[in-house]
Amino acid sequence: MEAVHEHDHSHDHPTGLMRWVTTTNHKDIGTMYLWFSFAMFMVGGVMALIIRTELFQPGLQVVQPEFFNQMTTLHGLIMVFGAIMPAFVGFANWQIPMMIGAPDMAFPRMNNWSFWLLPPAGTLLVLSMFVPGGSAGVGWTMYAPLTVQQGMGMDLVIFAVHILGMSSIMGSINIVTTILNLRAPGMTMMKMPLFVWTWLITAYLLIAAMPVLAGAVTMTLTDRHFGTHFFNAAGGGDPVLFQHIFWFFGHPEVYIIAIPAFGVISQVIPAFSRKPLFGYASMVYATASIAILSFLVWAHHMYTVGMPVEAQLYYMFATMLIAVPTGVKVFNWVATMWKGSMTFETPMLFAIGFLFLFTLGGFTGLVLALTPVDVQLHDTYYVVAHFHYVMVAGALFSAFAGVYFWLPKWIGKMYDETLGKWHFWLSIIFFNLTFFVQHFLGLAGMPRRIPDYSLQFADFNMISSIGAFGFGLSQLLFLYILIKAIRSGEKAPEKPWDGADTLEWTHLPTPAPYHSFETPPTVK
Amino acid sequence: MRLKAFSRLLFLATAMLMAGLASAEYQLNLKPAKTALGEAVYDLHTLVMIIITVIFIGVFGFMFYAIFKHRKSVGHQAAHFHENTTVEIVWTVIPVFILIGLAWPATKALLEMRDTSAPDMTIKVTGYQWKWGYEYLDDDVKFYSSLATPRDQIQGDAEKGEHYLLEVDKPLVVPVGKKVRILTTANDVLHAWYVPELAVKQDAIPGFIRDTWFQAEETGTFRGQCAELCGKEHGFMPIVVNVVSEDDYKIWVAEQKSAGGAAAYDPGKTYSVAELTSAGEAVYKAHCVACHQPNGSGMPPTFPALTGGMISTGPIANHLDIVLNGSKKNPMMAAFGAQLSDMEIAAVVTYERNALGNSLGDSLQPGEVAAARK
Ligand SMILES: [Cu+2]
Repeated sequence: MEAVHEHDHSHDHPTGLMRWVTTTNHKDIGTMYLWFSFAMFMVGGVMALIIRTELFQPGLQVVQPEFFNQMTTLHGLIMVFGAIMPAFVGFANWQIPMMIGAPDMAFPRMNNWSFWLLPPAGTLLVLSMFVPGGSAGVGWTMYAPLTVQQGMGMDLVIFAVHILGMSSIMGSINIVTTILNLRAPGMTMMKMPLFVWTWLITAYLLIAAMPVLAGAVTMTLTDRHFGTHFFNAAGGGDPVLFQHIFWFFGHPEVYIIAIPAFGVISQVIPAFSRKPLFGYASMVYATASIAILSFLVWAHHMYTVGMPVEAQLYYMFATMLIAVPTGVKVFNWVATMWKGSMTFETPMLFAIGFLFLFTLGGFTGLVLALTPVDVQLHDTYYVVAHFHYVMVAGALFSAFAGVYFWLPKWIGKMYDETLGKWHFWLSIIFFNLTFFVQHFLGLAGMPRRIPDYSLQFADFNMISSIGAFGFGLSQLLFLYILIKAIRSGEKAPEKPWDGADTLEWTHLPTPAPYHSFETPPTVK
Repeated sequence: MRLKAFSRLLFLATAMLMAGLASAEYQLNLKPAKTALGEAVYDLHTLVMIIITVIFIGVFGFMFYAIFKHRKSVGHQAAHFHENTTVEIVWTVIPVFILIGLAWPATKALLEMRDTSAPDMTIKVTGYQWKWGYEYLDDDVKFYSSLATPRDQIQGDAEKGEHYLLEVDKPLVVPVGKKVRILTTANDVLHAWYVPELAVKQDAIPGFIRDTWFQAEETGTFRGQCAELCGKEHGFMPIVVNVVSEDDYKIWVAEQKSAGGAAAYDPGKTYSVAELTSAGEAVYKAHCVACHQPNGSGMPPTFPALTGGMISTGPIANHLDIVLNGSKKNPMMAAFGAQLSDMEIAAVVTYERNALGNSLGDSLQPGEVAAARK
């Protein structure tokens, strides 16, 4: 019985391309998510560089305004839906089963399908540039009624969003079910690693938020083609309705991206401080309260639409309140480091970089929460700087931390530590060069999404563009580090990080076998 | 140890950058406001910056202290504590009080900002793709304001002027010290009326009217831009506000009323092709040039060429119809009937047929435009 069992599991799956197309293994699917996300990160990155090239100097040099608008739209959509979200789903696939002692995800076939929806959606987004009239030049927020004026590129973008949404919802159902039902005996909820907790909360956010986005873009679609007037005042609709629906999705979306990042950081910082996470329970409660609050503050993206002043006051107070649980998290991380025995390998460097820069992004969030100040800064480069501190220095840096942290477990080989440190320092310097100066541009009044600007903004734009190219090139180093580790990395020790104490490090060999925890471990 | 040398280099570079920034007088903060409300916003921003700087230094002071003292390489042994209820309550409660301290001045400024009651005058601002329409509701003055920067500066064929992209053909003129209520709306898509130094930003929403206000405390010229993405020329619809003394304002209003400009015409007169063409050039530059381009080449397929174009060299009635009522096939071609006078439409249609490389020799009289309006 035992022998038969081993035989059929490790040797009869298809090889070559068909292995990846048909796989239901959470590790294969996690790998595919991560590579897909990296590919989209490169595509979205090239678009960012086209934007920064045009903005290097005043005047129109490289692209026409219409194409510029398409670049801002696609850069945003591809980075949010194609790069960052799939990256964290990739982590979830690899890590959640191993961290809770489960053999695989709860619905392996649906898992395969969740992934394989992504490439068509990504293709639709890229393809939209090549249809007559080009892609949608509306910004990733897709505000009506500008969307009604667009060509068929807009329809391709809408379908892509639909497909991405389906993928996210299926992935989330899978994650929730896995976490609630497949935990090893003894793994109570309050013993789960924080990464698992953050994904449980994120998955609920996704299930609640993605259908709302699907509704918004569907209404856009019917306004465009089927004679409805949801967003047209002449037909009894209201353009601002779109913004309410979009941001009811959009604000939780910010946390859908940030919360799994918190999870990764909460694994990495204790591991390299050689000290347990400070305030585990309060971290769980803080994360849950951030998630709930995220549904109650959406209109702080809309302070200039002319809401009643009472509504503005409510949204201002509720938004300021988010600073409290966010502060708790930052204090907890610092307290975890306090009196630890720290070492600073690449994952820890990225985690500290995250902590430092994400907090900066959080602080500018507090500035923007104050309605009178936001009215000055709304739709300027200040906002662009703010959300790139949250998205890039927050989510992306945490994803880098996670890759360097778990790579030895995944492939059984080490990355080049020196190059990893170079990757960190180059990334953090060029990131700040690119985005810190954008705060000044916004304060001085430079609107976002413009292909050309007045002469007063010239110097900071040039600095920002130089930084962007440096940042982009630094990511090629990351690719090189990955390939080098996979092809010729040194064999990883069983437990390369002293302080790592979750199941994948304590109960599984390195690299993790293709099928892990076929019999669940017992957690004391 | 290469890293250590590298970080020293980095520190030097940062220090030099800071010094460079200070000497070149870069704009690093909000522009000084020209209204009392703007000053309140400026002060609120300063207050929140002070608070976050103090917290930032505190939190990361702790972190960097730990990074240098509590590291393995200096032989620090890890402690094992992982919670402390007192500390956790303290750092949850203190931020709440800080936030209340911030919320107070923010609420005061916000209530002030949204109080549009009892204005001295009211101006209706309409966003168009891509220009602004201004209508003085008390003084019966009405005009359009569009980008005045020549296209060759944008394309890099000419030296960029001092107010590159922030100059218009007709600025908004308001008296100093008066509470000016701004009503915003839009004709096509969302726009936003944004003048940083007057601390005003208000979305302009098609089909709805929103309001805001400002009261300039000194005379001068204040420049801003459309702040909400509104299509391809979003970056090219600036706002210029001239704040003048009350006397100058009265003179300006009187001038607006006497000068009809291209709008006035003599109904008894038949205008020549040359007269209409020369009057049409200004109208074309203000309303058509963004899409159809200075030389009439357009940007096909969305914006067709006028040089040798199907409409501009076809029957003149069709040409008039599309300018007056917009295109049924292409939503980008707006209806200009409501925006332009009979004389302006007659002039611009004639211009398009007798300039931009076309020379049909026919013309449209303002009376014919009046007759074509239903
Ligand atoms: Cu606009």
